[in-house]
Amino acid sequence: MKRSTKFWAWVVFALGVLYFLLPLIATIQFSLSIRRDRLTFDAYSNVFLQPEFQQTLTYSLLVGVAAIIIGLLIVVPAAYFVRLRAPQLRPIIEFVTLLPLIVPPIILVFGYIRLYSSSSILPLTNSSLGTNILLTLGYVALAMPYMYRAVDTGLRTIDVQTLTEAANILGANTVTIIVRVIFPNIIVAALSGAFLTLAIVVGEFTMASLLNRPAFGVYMQNVGANRAYEPAALAVISFIITWAAMGMIQLLARFAPKTQRT
Amino acid sequence: MADEFLRIENLVKAFGANTVVKGANLAFNRGEFITLLGPSGCGKTTILRMIAGFERPTAGTILVEGSDISPLPPNQRKIGMVFQAYALFPNMNVEDNVGFGLKIAGMPREQRRARVEEMLALIGLPGYGKRFPFEMSGGQQQRVALARALAPKPRMLLLDEPLSALDAKIRVSLRQEIRSIQRDLGITTIFVTHDQEEALSISDRIVVMSAGNVEQVGTPFEVYNRPATKFVATFVGTINTLNAEVVNPASKSVSVDGHTFSVPKLPEGLSGRVSLTLRPEAISLGKPNGQDIVLNGRVSEVSFLGSVIRLRVDLGMNSLSLDTFNDQHTPPPALDQPVEVSMSSSDILILPN
Amino acid sequence: MSNNVDTIIETIAAPASAGVAPVRGGPFARFAGLRWGDYLGIAPFFLFAILFLIVPTLFLMVGAFQDSAGNFTLQNIVSLGTPEIFSSFWISIRVSAASAAMGAAFGLILAFAVIRGRLPEAIRSTVLTFSGVASNFAGIPLAFAFIATLGRLGIITLGLRYAAHFDIYRAGFNLFSFWGLTLTYCYFQIPLMVLIIAPAIDGLKQEWGEAAATLGASTPQFWRYVGLPVLWPNLLGTLSLLFANAFGAIATAYALTGSTLNIVPIVLYAQIRGDVLNNPGLGAALALGMVVITALANVIYLVVRTRAERWLK
Repeated sequence: MKRSTKFWAWVVFALGVLYFLLPLIATIQFSLSIRRDRLTFDAYSNVFLQPEFQQTLTYSLLVGVAAIIIGLLIVVPAAYFVRLRAPQLRPIIEFVTLLPLIVPPIILVFGYIRLYSSSSILPLTNSSLGTNILLTLGYVALAMPYMYRAVDTGLRTIDVQTLTEAANILGANTVTIIVRVIFPNIIVAALSGAFLTLAIVVGEFTMASLLNRPAFGVYMQNVGANRAYEPAALAVISFIITWAAMGMIQLLARFAPKTQRT
Repeated sequence: MADEFLRIENLVKAFGANTVVKGANLAFNRGEFITLLGPSGCGKTTILRMIAGFERPTAGTILVEGSDISPLPPNQRKIGMVFQAYALFPNMNVEDNVGFGLKIAGMPREQRRARVEEMLALIGLPGYGKRFPFEMSGGQQQRVALARALAPKPRMLLLDEPLSALDAKIRVSLRQEIRSIQRDLGITTIFVTHDQEEALSISDRIVVMSAGNVEQVGTPFEVYNRPATKFVATFVGTINTLNAEVVNPASKSVSVDGHTFSVPKLPEGLSGRVSLTLRPEAISLGKPNGQDIVLNGRVSEVSFLGSVIRLRVDLGMNSLSLDTFNDQHTPPPALDQPVEVSMSSSDILILPN
Repeated sequence: MSNNVDTIIETIAAPASAGVAPVRGGPFARFAGLRWGDYLGIAPFFLFAILFLIVPTLFLMVGAFQDSAGNFTLQNIVSLGTPEIFSSFWISIRVSAASAAMGAAFGLILAFAVIRGRLPEAIRSTVLTFSGVASNFAGIPLAFAFIATLGRLGIITLGLRYAAHFDIYRAGFNLFSFWGLTLTYCYFQIPLMVLIIAPAIDGLKQEWGEAAATLGASTPQFWRYVGLPVLWPNLLGTLSLLFANAFGAIATAYALTGSTLNIVPIVLYAQIRGDVLNNPGLGAALALGMVVITALANVIYLVVRTRAERWLK
């Protein structure tokens, strides 16, 4: 009986490997097949040389960085104060962080368009800058559950309570504590959240497309509608970026500081 | 005449290069309560699991009522088992848990219900049938686990450190309950523990193990008072060790910190250094009362434990731990007070290392 | 977009800290005991949540009940029942259910194989790590990857045609169809299932199996009476989560089937883009319908999870 379990386990695993690896291999192979007779990187060079590629990738990266910064500015103080002084607010905050997971992005952006259009109090969609801000904030919302969870876990591992009390006794005020004591210690956790945000932003399509922003995801879709081999190259690039971001998170997990708990 | 129930012959278990059980030979009678006692890693749990069928012996045989049970899978051995972590099925209430073995065996529902009620009464939890494991304390869960194991009337009961996860008070009361249930039912039981007090208080016989070897098999009295090896003497209860020098092999006299006395038990022709061991209760404070050895020393530690006063007396190179009863009219000795301690040479144990 | 599961699990499993605020009554009792400095720290979070999460969604929900003049009406909701709209909901439900069921089934089998199949330990951690990444693989790149694999010029399509002389397209398969989309969705549904169910399978204590064995149960009997019943709530809950996950996804579908498969997000997208329904209120009603369905599925998941956890404490 033991033997046959092991056999079937290997079979299942092999099927899984097939299902998950084949599309990746296919994409890579497809992306190299733009010339019928041999494998070349021509599809990649076509893509890299297109000005839209550089422009949209840059745009997405910038928006991503902005989303990360704003996200951290919002999340870190909130997580800190909830953990330290207002644990009773935790259920509310956790409910809020669940909302972006329950409300699909398309609904969210639809809501933005309706609420912040030209006839509302905050007509963000009227200007390019306003729309960019809206998109960035939309990404902050999408990434918020992960960002909050990452920062909160980081705070839990470093025993915020004790650090704060120690810094307090030594004369530091709250801002100093957050900036000079807490933040350096949760940088690793914050970076985790940051990389996840980046992974989300770079490939995102729905919000960017409906807000008419020149983002990388929209660009990818356009290429996909018009070309055959270049989309595969873009997909490979996108995979590499996502894998790299996830890889960084795993790597960072090893460097997370912890205080000893007695 | 004793009726042999379980026999273990040359049992060996190795995990790769690591031999965990190094050849055990044991025989138990029907209805006996046997404890396998030893520190972590000594092989006691491995032996239990081999009897249950969860580990396959590397060598050796296990015979139950004369027949080799090694080819049988665990679910055909008719052995009941209680685990350290209770292992009650979380999706079933107490009734269904206790009746599980009966259901598997195909017992009809009415009969099952009657048997379950009988078992719940036996463990002192009548009326708990509808409760779920997560609603009960550790002690209650373990009693239910016991009822569940006993319900199908197994021919043997195995308990793997069942009390280790419980609070101290519950441990003491539950071990007595287990023992009395076992007596009532007359079922052969093997109990694994690292707690020597537990082993001493409830067993018919104890198997003391260390690093894969069986050090001694005997009744609690035998194991405590006539330890076969140094390990048994130190693991079971506390023991004092005196380093002595043989002065005259012919007259069997030895010297300890300047005192000379003879030890008739000393093996013939022994010379050089020798370890003398004896139990704390064999030493008394003050002048001898029929004892033939008197030593002088200074009190180095005094612990007032209420009815018992535990003292440590420094003899020079050696020190002794002894217990004396509280006396309302006499305060305990002070630190550094010079005292005399007395003992009988017949109480001294000479142990192989 | 699919959900990163580590985060979901931790978010949901994290217990709420016991509050220490003295109860002074009223809805704002939670805020008693805070200093104004604390408010400054927490305010941006709540401000953001209100302005860019809660209000936009509520605004949209309210819009479902308004006609073009702004008056209250139920007409939009009623219009959800029209054949086109209804059929798009129905297709969405079918795709979501199919990909959830397939994802759950194969994810469960894979998780079992990797955790209890006596495979080398390295395989288990590799699969779990890969699942963590793959559950985020949705969107445009995923569609491209499947096109490269099973499209008309895809590597498997061509491979089968030349090596086995078997043309899957001639046999009726089409990537740009209901089943093609479902198959593609499985690429993030299966890893999601693996990630969520792995801790639950780990939680099946070895002693339960051993105890069952000493009581005479065979392996199938163990699974029937103990193993599966213990896992069942988790399975159900995760099925619900996978359903919600697929229901809200659009990017993959957009790039793969476009408007040939009129799932609700696609219709909504078209409506937002160009008011193809000629009725803004209807768009809002569509959104409302979507939110109701995904919220319901998520709530089922949460409720079932907490109940299961209570058992296994």
